[in-house]
Amino acid sequence: MQALYAQLLVGLINGSFYALLSLGLAVIFGMLNIINFAHGALYMMGAFVAYFLLNLGGINYWWALIIAPVVVGIFGMILERTMLQWLAGLDHLYGLLLTFGIALIVQGVFQNYFGSSGLPYSIPDQLKGGVNLGFMFLPVYRGWVVVFSLVVCLATWFLIEKTQLGAYLRAATENPTLVRAFGINVPRMITLTYGLGVGLAALAGVLSAPINQVRPLMGADLIIVVFAVVVIGGMGSIMGSIITGFALGVIEGLTKYFYPEASNTVVFVLMVVVLLVKPTGLTGRAA
Amino acid sequence: MAEAKLAERPVAAAGAEVLTVNDLQAWYGESHILHGINFNVKAGEVVTLLGRNGAGKTTTLKSIMGVIGKRSGSIRFDNKEIIRATSDRIARLGIAFCPEERGIFSSLDVRENLMLPPVVRPGGLPLDQIFTLFPNLKERLTSQGTKLSGGEQQMLAIARILRTGARFLMLDEPTEGLAPVIIQQIGHTIARLKSQGFTILLVEQNFRFASTVADRYYIVEHGKVIDGFANSELSANMDKLHTYLGV
Repeated sequence: MQALYAQLLVGLINGSFYALLSLGLAVIFGMLNIINFAHGALYMMGAFVAYFLLNLGGINYWWALIIAPVVVGIFGMILERTMLQWLAGLDHLYGLLLTFGIALIVQGVFQNYFGSSGLPYSIPDQLKGGVNLGFMFLPVYRGWVVVFSLVVCLATWFLIEKTQLGAYLRAATENPTLVRAFGINVPRMITLTYGLGVGLAALAGVLSAPINQVRPLMGADLIIVVFAVVVIGGMGSIMGSIITGFALGVIEGLTKYFYPEASNTVVFVLMVVVLLVKPTGLTGRAA
Repeated sequence: MAEAKLAERPVAAAGAEVLTVNDLQAWYGESHILHGINFNVKAGEVVTLLGRNGAGKTTTLKSIMGVIGKRSGSIRFDNKEIIRATSDRIARLGIAFCPEERGIFSSLDVRENLMLPPVVRPGGLPLDQIFTLFPNLKERLTSQGTKLSGGEQQMLAIARILRTGARFLMLDEPTEGLAPVIIQQIGHTIARLKSQGFTILLVEQNFRFASTVADRYYIVEHGKVIDGFANSELSANMDKLHTYLGV
């Protein structure tokens, strides 16, 4: 049983990253109509910013949780202003190719300077150790990642579904021309949305640094699974991408316990099944 | 009570031109739609653009709103040239647009749809007055926007731009596809807005409806304004009008 709980915990941790990343992808897809293949590279950049802050500036994990998403968010907004905005109205394929190219360049630059092996980033003192829950031993940092990710996901959901700002965002996803004709600066809102989406990716990167180490290809490995998660959940729904993210993490964890050989492929098997049965994804709307 | 509130508002002197359109040309991609539109709207007037389908009436409204990519000529609003302005800036000057397709957002509920357009200047209608004009909306605030009936959606589309403080409203075929009793209600609303000092530019196919609210008419054909007359000259122009509209 201990092993089962341990795998469930690993599943929830992975699910946290899936949820944070697929949430950002869904928000970006809604507003910009771009399948952001650079998402994994931006997640990696978040982890590296945390690493630089600590090792070059002596700035700790807690500040990194705030600073890294802002820095990477600004980087993302510059990408959007200088490149992505010109793709508005074109086929999805262009955005996919451009962001894929950006991902390769960013990852290549980091690999050039830091190689492919992981750089250590230690768990902050306040989150070291663990608690014995009776049925299992819970490392405090891992519990923190799950809870914090869940809070961030729900806060993002609240922002988009329940606030005036979110209403602008949802309306502009449907009909940007009309929203602009009401007096809202939609291009600026699109830039900020991209910043928010990649900021979430960077936040996931910081959270992941103490668990998975900091590696130039950490995002490239993860993003493939995240895209499968997005396909399964459907691009349309914020809550859908959160739930699907956590659920698939858990399913992966359970598979690791019951049939480890399939643990790396179970998400893709599910993706194939969902695509056959409901091509728009479990919560998605038809385009 | 509404009238008292409105008296304090700075409205352009009655009769002053608020909108002057000169040699307006517009294109959708490669196709040249407007070939030199000329007309004006004075403060407090209801002006109606009449014309057959595809004559360029909607394109004219969209060009004024700045949502047509390529346009040339001159559009002056409140003595400011807006032909190069982006649509968000034009909205902030106090022009509000109610599109033909109504533009109710399905991912927003009725309240969110109503509260969506930002207030661009002080003096918009408060919510209680809006609900006096459109009592149905108050009952349905939590419904999904597109679950409303066609008439209610039209009312919502008009109601939400009254909140913003814009004093110049452009309504594109507000009666299209609606039942007579609803058309009548929209007619009353327009009359009431006019009495409160709003300036309204209307596009209508329903000439009978237009004649109940309009002060002046312009006839649009093949992307040009080919004629114009006041409501008082209507009966003298009836024959011409039938020829223009092909009714």
